[in-house]
Amino acid sequence: MLYSILCYESEALAAGRTKQEDDAMMGRLANVLVKFKGEGKLGPVARLMPTTTATHIRSGKEPAVIDGPFAETKEQLLGFYVLDCPSLEDAIAAAKLLAAEKPHGTLEIRPVAVFNPVEPSL
Amino acid sequence: MTDMAWIDAALTAARPQVLGALLRYFRVLDAAEDAYQEACLRALKTWPVKGPPRDPAAWRIFVGRNFALDEVRRRNKQTSLPEEDDIAPETQDTQSELADRLDESQYRDDILRLLFVCCHPELPATQQIALALRIVSGLTVKEIARAFLVGESAMEQRITRAKARITAADVPFETPGAPERAERLAAVSTMIYLLFNEGYSASGGNAHVRVPLCEEAIRLSRLLLRLFPANSEIMGLLALLLLQHARAGARLDAENNIVLLEDQDRSRWDSGLIAEGLALVEKAIRHRRVGPYQIQAAIAAVHSQVKNAAETDWAEIDRLYEVLEAIQPSPVVTLNRAVAVAKLRGPGDALTMIEPLAKKLEGYFYFFGVKGALLTQLARNEEARTAFNRAIALANTAAEAAHIRLHLDRLQKDSAPQAGTPERQAT
Repeated sequence: MLYSILCYESEALAAGRTKQEDDAMMGRLANVLVKFKGEGKLGPVARLMPTTTATHIRSGKEPAVIDGPFAETKEQLLGFYVLDCPSLEDAIAAAKLLAAEKPHGTLEIRPVAVFNPVEPSL
Repeated sequence: MTDMAWIDAALTAARPQVLGALLRYFRVLDAAEDAYQEACLRALKTWPVKGPPRDPAAWRIFVGRNFALDEVRRRNKQTSLPEEDDIAPETQDTQSELADRLDESQYRDDILRLLFVCCHPELPATQQIALALRIVSGLTVKEIARAFLVGESAMEQRITRAKARITAADVPFETPGAPERAERLAAVSTMIYLLFNEGYSASGGNAHVRVPLCEEAIRLSRLLLRLFPANSEIMGLLALLLLQHARAGARLDAENNIVLLEDQDRSRWDSGLIAEGLALVEKAIRHRRVGPYQIQAAIAAVHSQVKNAAETDWAEIDRLYEVLEAIQPSPVVTLNRAVAVAKLRGPGDALTMIEPLAKKLEGYFYFFGVKGALLTQLARNEEARTAFNRAIALANTAAEAAHIRLHLDRLQKDSAPQAGTPERQAT
């Protein structure tokens, strides 16, 4: 089963980190990913740019384009991992390894229902 | 479980919001700051034991407000206060109820007002910046003094004087209308831009000390854009700062000498900052509301997108400067455009372009740096030497002077060397 691990954190808190602190944290997370790769479970990983770069498209007959972010929610989606894990227990264990390297925020595990009618080109 | 690192980060992150709301209540900066301090102290006492409240920012606003109201009561027992002000956030329920009453858009105007009081037109730019760093960013006087390379007591005095001045000034506390909001945004944007330049233009031995000023400017412009997410000029401002700051690691060599834009090792540019800056430029342009920050960001983007200086699209840069000259005419903009013109049509045309600026820019280091470089390319060495000597006399830092001396040395050795141009033009 593919599990996505979605990283939610207050963007204001994340923006408060100095570059050194951020680099150090990303370095520790990278070490965890090396372990996952060794176990053959590492899928795509993405760090999303701040929500100030976001563009929203509202669905409808004539989709509307709106600049993000919307009204301040407390935590924003800042990135995600995709891991191949045999069970939810295993996915939770993996997410805990990542969570241990982050000072705050929440990780949400969501199983991936693959939708690949077209072969990806990336 | 609430660890102290989290509390610390949460307190810092919401500082502008909490202090801004307290300023709306008390209308006096000192009173708002006292209330803020007290609220932070109580948070540090309460949160580690009871866990963080549901809305940490609202919690501090109410605690701070009640503390200050208690003070007023103590001083004047005769005065009765409205019922509504009597509420303390004792339970989660009353707390969230109160939090709901705080309108998000009010937070936005609170933060903007807090930034705006620091930008009072009577204050010189350096005082505006120092005040914003102290009040909005919450830097200590010691940290600010260090960044400005002055003594702590001198900075303390500067901030105290600036505060006294804005206390006397009359900043309206009603919810601003659209024109006032736009005016405040413009003033605050300028202040953030100056703050960034204060950190960016400093070169040489102290460069590392001043990087925090650039980072703080970026943090403030992010804050501003989160408040006004559809404002294309603020997108442009943040993009400009990100694209320029991306080059920080390549602007000085190991001996702290200035490395010109065209000579920089571009592999040392921060690709993450560049990617975010480019994304914001693209997003801003969709709005089709041209503004000076967007254009400057677009110029920085042209440089950021090529792997080596020789591939630079100078025609595009010239075109962008032409637009900038039209909407924000200034001799400095024309001077910068001349650098692109020199690349496109040769140093003669560029020199013709900057000669009329001589009077207006007679005290401007970069004018003489560019002039000297153009004259060198035209092999008019004696005039070039005069221009470079003038530049040295006007240099702001030792590194700038050292850089021009390099040109003079080359003039000495070689009659027609390749001259560089100070990197600041090509922002």
